[in-house]
Amino acid sequence: MKNSPSLDEQLEMHRKMVVVRRLEERLGELHKAGKTRGPIHRCDGQEAVGIGATAVLGASDFVTSTHRGHAHYIGKGVDIRGVTAEILGRATGTCGGRAGHMLIGDRDKGMIGGNAIVGGSIPAATGMALSIQVRGTADVAMCFFGDGAAQTGICHESMNMAGLWKLPVVFILEHNQFGLTVHHTVQSPVADLSLRAAGYAMPAEIVDGNDTVAMYRAVATAVERARRGEGPTLIEAKTYRMQGFSTSDMGGYQSDADLADWNRRDPIQVSRGALADSVSTERLDQIEAGAVAEVDAAVEEALAAPLPTFELFTRSSPYATAPEAV
Amino acid sequence: MAMMRYAEALNQALREEMQRDPSVFLFGEDIGRYGGVFKVTKGLMDEFGESRVRDTPISEQALAAMAVTASMTGTRPVLEIMYADFMPLVLDALINQASIYEYLWQNVTMPFVLRTQGGGGAGAGAQHSKSLDSLVAHIPGIKVVAPVTPADAKGLLKSAIRDSQPVVFLEHKLLYNLRDEVSDDPELLVPIGKAKTVREGTDVSIFATSRMVLESQKAAELLAQDGISAEVIDLRTLRPLDLDAITASIAKTHHAVVVNEGWRFCGYAAELSATIMDFAFDDLDAPVARVTLPDMPVPYAEPLELSVLPNAARIADAARATLK
Repeated sequence: MKNSPSLDEQLEMHRKMVVVRRLEERLGELHKAGKTRGPIHRCDGQEAVGIGATAVLGASDFVTSTHRGHAHYIGKGVDIRGVTAEILGRATGTCGGRAGHMLIGDRDKGMIGGNAIVGGSIPAATGMALSIQVRGTADVAMCFFGDGAAQTGICHESMNMAGLWKLPVVFILEHNQFGLTVHHTVQSPVADLSLRAAGYAMPAEIVDGNDTVAMYRAVATAVERARRGEGPTLIEAKTYRMQGFSTSDMGGYQSDADLADWNRRDPIQVSRGALADSVSTERLDQIEAGAVAEVDAAVEEALAAPLPTFELFTRSSPYATAPEAV
Repeated sequence: MAMMRYAEALNQALREEMQRDPSVFLFGEDIGRYGGVFKVTKGLMDEFGESRVRDTPISEQALAAMAVTASMTGTRPVLEIMYADFMPLVLDALINQASIYEYLWQNVTMPFVLRTQGGGGAGAGAQHSKSLDSLVAHIPGIKVVAPVTPADAKGLLKSAIRDSQPVVFLEHKLLYNLRDEVSDDPELLVPIGKAKTVREGTDVSIFATSRMVLESQKAAELLAQDGISAEVIDLRTLRPLDLDAITASIAKTHHAVVVNEGWRFCGYAAELSATIMDFAFDDLDAPVARVTLPDMPVPYAEPLELSVLPNAARIADAARATLK
């Protein structure tokens, strides 16, 4: 099938999903043990969206993410050890502990970056696509955002301009059903938010967000279209947030039936099923064990790493108001 | 040197920088075909094409956020926000985006310029007449400039475009037709962060930016008639402040008047006053005087609007009061 991932790519997506899942599970444990700081937004159950979509991109493409970006970070190639250490607030983190898990950015990897102002990732990617168009390269910008962010005014402004100027941006609507605790049916009159794409003259596709291969195929078509200069695409990835809004979520608003239903469609199990015909169980187990070991090592390394020491930021003169304030 | 209007000086700066650097591009409402509602971008779409000079939808929030990330990825955007009164719409892009990434990520730069114009005196009413300097000068990581002369407008805009950090460039609607000599040397830049003494004096220092520099110069004339020698400092840059110029002047005059066309409470004049207290308290013979807009909307009818705008007479009165 056109735009299908190779077996190697499929295995790499599988491995990265397990990396992200293991990271989320370890973060849950560490939170319970009081070893994390602040809220952490886990993406358990949504891994296939970020991993499948970013698998299509090249090194010079850009990605903008959300407050729930672990799969996007790992998918775009940010080092798991740096990400883990950053989440744990260590000097060895991707951003030296200055950013935290919601705001990780790695310019060299084109991941710029996490954005915890809901909707903020949408104009961010659109602006990068504008830059790409002005400079005339064949790169693309990829925007992850959620069904909650889709209700912001800035979403409309950005998509309108992206469609108007045929900007090389791919919008990945990670529809996980909830904006914080509020169900999408209480936020929007339509279940399929991709209906809106028609108003921006851009194609849209609804994709099973728990299937990396489906994500890869849809996104590959969208990325190729963007690289050809034909403009943006809206991919609506239907998925489900299995672990609540954040580690501070007290729950009570997700139905057991929904959770059980989506659990049966766990993206890692979907991926295993898709690979079963081509790869032995032993090999899959081996890949998964390797991913788990890599995360566990990253966690141990981060916990042993030094905490950052404070330095007033003076590299930029406008950060300081006057010399004596430095 | 050539005589030109403030708007033409800005236009020349944009043209020269676009000729010099293909990564510079302009976007904003009505700036392309029409040339901008204040004609600052006149003729540039014809010269540089529709990709580098873009008319945009009315979408200030997204435009400002796009300027941030476009600048992070290899271009130097210059965004025009038509009125400073619309700056509340772009504050997320400045406060939650542009202000944080150089610190958090360190290996990114954001060389964009956000041009806007504010100020009263044109009968534009409460939503098109404000100076909101303090809103942007409040933000760490953002440079803010507000030139008054055509020459400084050109030289500072060129510096702003070449700067590696975000710059908010504040123009004033009553300055666009001001004519003066401007250099045609494309490499003559006016440095950001440097004030200019526009009138030397020994009795009182008046600090101002933008159109308030002109009112301060008129105030100095009024004071001279009373035998008072006022020094007028055009700060030119609101952030980062030229602290040396401020303290040196106060060391000489021992009296300070700070002028700003924005609101008084938590305003830019309040910050200047506090900064002078921090760094020049021992040199002061009297409390710092503030001349600002009162804390109210800018009214429409001429006698009402003129009643609220700071002017030469009020600045002179404030100077006299500090000398009593």
